[in-house]
Amino acid sequence: MNVYADNAATTRVSEAALEAMLPCFVENYGNPSSPHHIGQKAAQILLAARQTMAEHLGAEASEILFTSGGSEADNQAIITAAVIGARKGKKHIISTKIEHHAVLHALNKLEKEGYEITLLDVYEDGIVRLSDLEAAIRPDTALVTIMYANNEIGTIQPIKEIGALCREKGVIFHTDAVQAAGHLPINVKEQNIDMLSLSAHKFHGPKGAGVFFCRKGIPITSIIEGGAQERGKRAGTENLPAIVGMAAAFKAACEQMPDAAARVQAMRDKLIDGILQLPEVILNGDREKRLPGNVNVSVKGIEGESLLLMLDQAGICASSGSACTSGSLDPSHVLLAIGLTHEVAHGSLRLSLSEYNNDAEIDYILSTLPPIVERLRSMSPVWKKMKEGK
Amino acid sequence: MMYSEKVMDHFTNPRNVGEIEDASGIGEVGNAKCGDIMKIFLKIEDGIITDAKFNTFGCGAAIATSSMATELIKGKPIEEALKLSNKAVVEALDGLPPVKLHCSVLAEEGVKMALQDYYNKRGEEMPEEYRPRCDGDCSGCGV
Repeated sequence: MNVYADNAATTRVSEAALEAMLPCFVENYGNPSSPHHIGQKAAQILLAARQTMAEHLGAEASEILFTSGGSEADNQAIITAAVIGARKGKKHIISTKIEHHAVLHALNKLEKEGYEITLLDVYEDGIVRLSDLEAAIRPDTALVTIMYANNEIGTIQPIKEIGALCREKGVIFHTDAVQAAGHLPINVKEQNIDMLSLSAHKFHGPKGAGVFFCRKGIPITSIIEGGAQERGKRAGTENLPAIVGMAAAFKAACEQMPDAAARVQAMRDKLIDGILQLPEVILNGDREKRLPGNVNVSVKGIEGESLLLMLDQAGICASSGSACTSGSLDPSHVLLAIGLTHEVAHGSLRLSLSEYNNDAEIDYILSTLPPIVERLRSMSPVWKKMKEGK
Repeated sequence: MMYSEKVMDHFTNPRNVGEIEDASGIGEVGNAKCGDIMKIFLKIEDGIITDAKFNTFGCGAAIATSSMATELIKGKPIEEALKLSNKAVVEALDGLPPVKLHCSVLAEEGVKMALQDYYNKRGEEMPEEYRPRCDGDCSGCGV
């Protein structure tokens, strides 16, 4: 049996998205900037996609900027806020220790340019505390950027409350909603969000399209110069097929969310309960405040990459935060931030589900995992030491 | 990152997994912090490595290099085992991805550490040029 349980990495494109995209390759292939009828047809389709995205975000079409994906949107949001802040002499930015690298590395760069960065702690549960944020906000704070849901441990931050606090303090609030979009409700107005990033391929859209939502009134800084596309804020001919696919996928994801989330969450809970039956396995991240499809555990005494390889040989695609899968000696910064030791972080396993998974697959994972864990532990000196220590 | 078929074979069906109760030498290298620990057990009789076993906590490459390194020295005289290089382990595995080369260093060091233990137990001097260099700090072996 083949089981794809790596939906936090990317997802399969939905039929709805694929169907919407196909005509853009051979019929509606025009350049939306061209004045002729084929170009204008493309422009209409682009506008419709923009309206669809806006509608399901609680935004206005003019507030939607299409990007190549989540990383670009994160970078543009951070640079936009940094430029606005610098004009007012505000060069302090607040974020968290568990952000995606698209945010953390953009902030590192700003730090080298003289900005001061505060990274809030998350606790063992992987959740930011509002009181910590409140204490960190200063008169010179230009931006608060906190992810909606974490890509590794799936924990969900109190976005609405964070947004309200930022508004009260007059600080721009950006949220990286790449993992949340299409899986958790989003309404930028109700949730007090000034800027938001999302990426199509995390909700069964295609790769190569994303959205940077920026509330009107906030002057956007472009990071790609060239033509006048996207109101001059993002040059480059629009990736129309991918944008159209994104809109179709997002619409479907938002409309089906209550049902799909309940179904995926039931599979997630069954998987978590089943895996926690194994000895010396811990769940990483809060059990309740987590994405419907996210399972992240640490299997003590073994290393994540070898676990992934053996699961893969059994047909199961998963992910790990071990160093060996990251190309460095350090395991995931997220797992270290929630207080795991290096050793336990190396043994992490992430299984991320979608509505394409089914109960039979969950059963298959639950029957396949224990003998693999047993086998790897039987040859692990770390496991032997743990057992002897008890 | 792709592993060769040989690496996958030694990872999937590792040779010489286990411990030797009355081992002549035991070596442990690496640390859990960087995600790899290798423990090598040698049985040495009349200057010949009659048995070699390992326990490894680590990635696919760490398990495969442990397996291959123990295969390469089993049945060989000590003099040959001393000369085991990480390069020989990599070659025998039909190559390793560059980021995994340190795993082969770990396997070489593990064998040397076990041989060092053997010499120590006998109160003999290990030839200097073959002594292990592993100090448990993996950053030195490069990633």
